[in-house]
Amino acid sequence: MTNSALFLVVLVTAVFMVVAAMALAMWLSPKSYNALKGEPYECGIETRGPSWGQFRVGYYLIAILFLIFDVEAVLLFPWATIYSSIGLDGLILASFFIFVLLLGLIYAWKKGALEWK
Amino acid sequence: MFHFEVVTKWIDTFLMSNLPEWLALTIEFVLIGILILSAYAVLALILILAERKICAYFQCRLGPNRVGAWGVLQPIADMFKILLKEIITLNRADNRLFRLASFLVIIASLLTFGALPFDKGLHAIDFNVGVFYLLAVSALGVVGIVLAGWASNSKYTMIGAMRSGAQLISYELSCALSLMTIVMLSGTMQLSQIVEQQANMWFIFKGGIPAFIAFVIYLIAGHAETNRGPFDLPEAESELTAGYHTEYSGITFGFFYLAEYLNMFIIAAIATTMFLGAWQPLHIPGLDGFNMVMDYIPPVLWFFAKTFFCVFIALWVRWSFPRLRIDQLLRLEWKILMPIALANIVLMALWILVF
Repeated sequence: MTNSALFLVVLVTAVFMVVAAMALAMWLSPKSYNALKGEPYECGIETRGPSWGQFRVGYYLIAILFLIFDVEAVLLFPWATIYSSIGLDGLILASFFIFVLLLGLIYAWKKGALEWK
Repeated sequence: MFHFEVVTKWIDTFLMSNLPEWLALTIEFVLIGILILSAYAVLALILILAERKICAYFQCRLGPNRVGAWGVLQPIADMFKILLKEIITLNRADNRLFRLASFLVIIASLLTFGALPFDKGLHAIDFNVGVFYLLAVSALGVVGIVLAGWASNSKYTMIGAMRSGAQLISYELSCALSLMTIVMLSGTMQLSQIVEQQANMWFIFKGGIPAFIAFVIYLIAGHAETNRGPFDLPEAESELTAGYHTEYSGITFGFFYLAEYLNMFIIAAIATTMFLGAWQPLHIPGLDGFNMVMDYIPPVLWFFAKTFFCVFIALWVRWSFPRLRIDQLLRLEWKILMPIALANIVLMALWILVF
């Protein structure tokens, strides 16, 4: 049995669970239409303005920083896998890589990208 | 030691010798599906009851105690109630994406669940890049959460989803970096081999100080990944009603609810697998008598005992600390946990060189 087949089995199981639960709920649940029921949840007043608008820039900054460091993690994982066999050379090379990224973190820190103003 | 491998191997050979191969494989796949599904459902019921009971005792209440003895049937009653609730279609929302989001969250959680090593032979997906797989599939849940907030087209869900997205992707870094120390120690990313290597000593002891630091970082970051406890500001009740799933009703809300509880279990199970030796019993080198006694406890029990210990810690933290603000949350990750996790990798590299 290959793992890919098992992955597909679990995926099919997950989809089956969702479909079965949805079908059961659709069959059992009551249905009543009311125009006000479909309005967004607020404190009793109608929503003003669109919700799909511009958003705070801080979140995008976090996303960009995440991208950099997640790629770092992806690149370091293969190194980590063979680290015990390459020893000191591997450590020196990887610490250079980590150091350069750390500089990036320090730069972002100094520039105030990590502050939430 | 009794391993489930005996049972699964027996079923495998029995089916393979009596039936044509395709039929035997189909039956095995169906069996695996049923097992995973029922384990998922039963664990969800246990976790919901445990959470409600334990949080009640933390707050000096009794908790659910009307449905069945000590309220043990409460989660089942809740399940039926949630099935009987109407699924509301929204006027302004993108309804197709709205439904898809709740499906994505639960599918991501089940895919991660399928990769957990419960026992030798009770381990469905065992990729040779298992750690990668766990990180990748659990990250799918973030897509579902952000999509849920976006598709609902409501202010509360939008703010909740944005907060949740920022929180989840930030803490994913610390998760990945702390798991990396264990990958360095074991030299493999395959979960079954990582577990095998902990037969004599769990990695948290074998790895010494850096492994312990990584364990603590993983527990904190993993706790933040589940959107609970002091990190529950995406669904802060007092300000955002229910955050990204405010607009969900009936079973679509149930999917989020289920996924949240199971994610708590999955994070604890990954911590158990990587640091506490999954189903390996506690062995102390040199004490053979003690090791023999520990071997008599079935490995599945070991796995669940250790996992529920981690779950208990998560619940304990949840009910002990006040909620953080978003700036405090991001400061904790980017200025404290991330630098420590990065330094910890170098520390682990030195540790491996020296010992």
